[in-house]
Amino acid sequence: MPVTHKVTPITTPILEGCNGDVLSVENLHFHYPDGHEALRGVSIKLCEGDKVALVGPNGAGKSTLMLHLNGILNGEGEMSIAGMRIEPNNLPVIRAMVGLVFQSPDDQLFSPTVFEDVAFGPLHMGLPEDEVHARVDEALEMVRMSKFRERLSHHLSVGEKKRIAIATVLSMRPQILVLDEPSAGLDPRARRSLINLLRDLPITMLVSSHDLLMVRELFPRMVIMDEGKIVADGPTAELMEDEALLEAHGLEKP
Amino acid sequence: MHADAFDRFHEAESRLHRLDPRVKVVVTVLFILSNALLPDGAWAAFGLSWIVLLWANHLSSLGVDFSFRRSFIALPFALAAVSAIFSPLGVPLGDWSIGPLTLIPTDYGLIKFGSIILRSWLSVQAAILLVATTRFPDMIHAFEHLRVPAVLTTIVSFLYRYMFVLTDEVMRLLRARQSRSGSVAGLKSGRSVAWRARVTGNMAGQLFLRSYERSDRIYNAMLARGYTGQLRTLHAHVMQSSDWFFTALSIVIILLLQFTGRI
Repeated sequence: MPVTHKVTPITTPILEGCNGDVLSVENLHFHYPDGHEALRGVSIKLCEGDKVALVGPNGAGKSTLMLHLNGILNGEGEMSIAGMRIEPNNLPVIRAMVGLVFQSPDDQLFSPTVFEDVAFGPLHMGLPEDEVHARVDEALEMVRMSKFRERLSHHLSVGEKKRIAIATVLSMRPQILVLDEPSAGLDPRARRSLINLLRDLPITMLVSSHDLLMVRELFPRMVIMDEGKIVADGPTAELMEDEALLEAHGLEKP
Repeated sequence: MHADAFDRFHEAESRLHRLDPRVKVVVTVLFILSNALLPDGAWAAFGLSWIVLLWANHLSSLGVDFSFRRSFIALPFALAAVSAIFSPLGVPLGDWSIGPLTLIPTDYGLIKFGSIILRSWLSVQAAILLVATTRFPDMIHAFEHLRVPAVLTTIVSFLYRYMFVLTDEVMRLLRARQSRSGSVAGLKSGRSVAWRARVTGNMAGQLFLRSYERSDRIYNAMLARGYTGQLRTLHAHVMQSSDWFFTALSIVIILLLQFTGRI
């Protein structure tokens, strides 16, 4: 008995009319010092409120692209966040606007306590103390981890660390959230609560993932990358039906 | 992102690369010893030693000036010998007053200083050449053959193993901090030096915790694959006649250097 999944039809046109007011990348090229060409002319635009999934096989360049969005790496091409060009002299401002969350939460958290980690961004921005406290509370509330404020991040579970990692960038009130494989390595319950969390966050996000079930559930728009290029960009519901396309780029229809 | 900033081995096909690592270690140590034993002001012997080094560089096919180009890294340490200039022995060459202090350089002091600089500079170059032409596991292997206590060789080989792990970890920590070091228009970002120092201190603590745990995991993985306390290498070390010849030739040259320095 074949199981047919119900796919919610997407009625609003998601690509037309977006001028890239939150994120705009034009023809981005990058090669690593060893000569490996990781990005070959990537262009992508995101608008206010877009929740976009970035999928593709390992080594497709997803993480490399993400590291460009706050200037950790700098390749050749035009990039801007909320109208501001990503260039060396405005990187501090860009970094406050782009909430980049690394795949491994251990790479993200570097302070002894949860509070200090979440407070780092706002403190570095030079905000007054009560504002910092307010933002930490708000960010922890958003990821539903308020009780963990004084805990040592070192002792948390992967799922908890992941939420804290997201809170550490939410406290900067970024324009866009950039998450690298947020559901990797989570048990089903932690994954479910992460999905609910991402659904509820009212913020533009670009999320790379191999978890196509989550992609179908959460993201109306999907971008497929392979070998450093964007090979498809469109409504998730449509692209998911194109099994030949998915297979050609190392993906499986969920 | 991986750090290989510490690996000084330079792949090449050459006489020096093929030489048994034991020979290279022994000859390097003898050469350094020879430099240390040359009397002050034995300029001819120092010059000859340098020519010998150039010849060794040539044999390594890494370029005649290979070790020279990399040797300046050790120079700041050699400057510790600067006090030798003001040795009370010998003829004063004038006096420099710095505030209440009067320093009197002497000719003997200058010769001593120059000799110390030359000795360390030549020795550092020999060591640079050794690590550039010998794979690290081979070098450890050579130390083991030369009866260096196993505790020492194990410590060194682990140090080498974890150095890379540690720098990778540092790079990830720095990247995470960099990612969230934002600023907003109109506010001064970065706070005070004391605050930044505290964050850095915390990061050092995190680094310790993580490397400690990671080293545990790596060690377990090594045990799981049969690690018994020795780094293995595929290069079987058997002394060839050419190795013996090179050793003999090197010893003769070093004796000649000593002779030149003492006539």
